[in-house]
Amino acid sequence: MREITFLEAVREAMSQEMRQNQDVFILGEDIGVYGGAFGVTRGMIEEFGPERVRNTPISESAIAGAAIGSALTGMRPILELQFSDFITISMDQMVNQAAKLRYMYGGKGKVPMVLRTPAGSGTGAAAQHSQSLEAWMTHIPGLKVVQPSTAYDVKGLLKAAIDDDNPVIFYEHKLLYKTKGEVPEEQYSIPLGKADVKREGTDVTIVATAIMVHKALEAAVELEKEGISVEVVDPRTLVPLDTETIIESVKKTSRLVVVHEAVKRGGYGGEIASAIAESDAFDYLDAPIKRVGGKAVPIPYSPKLEKAAVPQVPDIIEAVKETLNKRIVTYA
Amino acid sequence: MNKTVKLPPQITKERLADLYKEMWLIRYFDEKVDEFFAKGMIHGTTHLCVGQEATASGAISMLKDIDKITSTHRGHGHCIAKGGDVNKMMAELFGRTTGYCKGKGGSMHIADVETGNLGANGIVGGGIPLAVGAALTSKMKKEEYVVLCFFGDGASNEGSFHESINLASIWDLPVVFFCENNQYGMSGSVKEMTNIENIADRAKGYGIPGEVIDGNDILEVMNAVDEAVSRARNGNGPSIIEAKTYRWKGHSKSDAKKYRTREEEKEWRQKDPIARFKKMLLDKGIDEKYLDSLQEEAKKTIEDSVEFATNSPEPSLDSLMEDVYA
Repeated sequence: MREITFLEAVREAMSQEMRQNQDVFILGEDIGVYGGAFGVTRGMIEEFGPERVRNTPISESAIAGAAIGSALTGMRPILELQFSDFITISMDQMVNQAAKLRYMYGGKGKVPMVLRTPAGSGTGAAAQHSQSLEAWMTHIPGLKVVQPSTAYDVKGLLKAAIDDDNPVIFYEHKLLYKTKGEVPEEQYSIPLGKADVKREGTDVTIVATAIMVHKALEAAVELEKEGISVEVVDPRTLVPLDTETIIESVKKTSRLVVVHEAVKRGGYGGEIASAIAESDAFDYLDAPIKRVGGKAVPIPYSPKLEKAAVPQVPDIIEAVKETLNKRIVTYA
Repeated sequence: MNKTVKLPPQITKERLADLYKEMWLIRYFDEKVDEFFAKGMIHGTTHLCVGQEATASGAISMLKDIDKITSTHRGHGHCIAKGGDVNKMMAELFGRTTGYCKGKGGSMHIADVETGNLGANGIVGGGIPLAVGAALTSKMKKEEYVVLCFFGDGASNEGSFHESINLASIWDLPVVFFCENNQYGMSGSVKEMTNIENIADRAKGYGIPGEVIDGNDILEVMNAVDEAVSRARNGNGPSIIEAKTYRWKGHSKSDAKKYRTREEEKEWRQKDPIARFKKMLLDKGIDEKYLDSLQEEAKKTIEDSVEFATNSPEPSLDSLMEDVYA
């Protein structure tokens, strides 16, 4: 099968949908001839024209609201937010409007929109352009939250997100844009709320999101050399969360490490860990659950410091080994 | 503001009488709600538009059925003027299943998306971007409807106001931004919170027309909105109308109104939009007894709505988790 990049897969998912459905359009800052801050929409204005690839002013509140208002009245907008950090400026519209309109209105009206946005660190853009704020959005009933990790997944998940009748926050890790993978040319959909076991193993489960899926897979390769068999589960969507797949994996391995780039404190890893703690998989645990996440610090500029602020492969290896060395001792 | 006001040509005497009745419906609705809050019969909070009936009725009377509105936290009048069913409104305030939002929204979130009322809004300025989005749909799908976007003087200091009006302007969207300047954002007087004479003056900054009108003169409201709506419908883009008016009641149910004087309130009560409209109608030769009968009918309709609401069932606990996702 042909290989394309994660970025090309995002563009292809949008373009194929826009060819089929006139209600789908994209709006955002610099998405026209510039092609978007990361080049995701390059070529799209040439194909679809400025009516359907709408270049907007730098007005994150208004463009989020315009997306919501158009969704409420029959369009299916895709809003590209230049950096996920800027969701702070769209927050009222996403949290108080998009997420709640349907409920507040007693089930009348729907908001079928996707907010796509590049997230994460690793580009040297420092504290205001490098955050991973997905946990905020998972806290809001009414929103769905997607965090793809591969080119194949991003194409199928984006189609599902566009087809969904609810507001979906769709995070694209910047460092994944150039990663390649096998991606079918035809359209396909990956249902929201279905995790994927990226690697099977028997000794420990790592649940990792976005770029951490790749770091966990790297760690698994290293650990295999030492005879440790790691299973890597990628939830792919945080809301809805496929707890069943995670629970099944933990029952099999009896050990769990949760990894995300976002700051560990208040991060979504806590939700995953407690989902296990509250489930019958708890009885299967042979060691305390381990969480690996970003340090509680703004993302620094210096490449050395930036790298140190978020989990790296050795941190994951260490966490896995800790869970293997620690046992829950039960006294009869 | 002492302009000579002519009637928009499409407005008949019968339509004017309907509007007179509608204004009474709005007033009686909010007075009834006020009474229930005072008696503790309704919980939560509410924002009343008594004294502002001419803006809701006048502005919305210039719309076609296909047109849409976005409303504010002070939105009962807008909903009634857009053809809202007062039974469903009252039931919503009582938190009943027969309410517009099945008891899940309350006073600040009444909406009727199918009939073009895109909703009241609990966030000041929150509805303005939504109006722009709805207008975008109209333009992209060539649906030829106009969006009338209500907001208050307070909202004009929100970022969403400035971002949205600029966006609507550059995209020539069919939206009319209608500012009900009732002089206060909660306790903050517009004189204290802005350094300009008129909020409509801000239109210049976005390259669109802005007009200041007497919001207690329904004919002046109708004329201004008629013109702005036609402009929007013909593809000539948005505009701002600022209607100067006054809310007779406090901001919400807990307001002691320490920030304004009783004299000021009295002055504005003398500019009662309903009384002024009645005088106009009498001058046009409409029979006073007929007008009084319309007022009585309005009163009765509101009383009936209370009966409907109080006889309606409360939501079942099963409905709690419904409607979060489509």
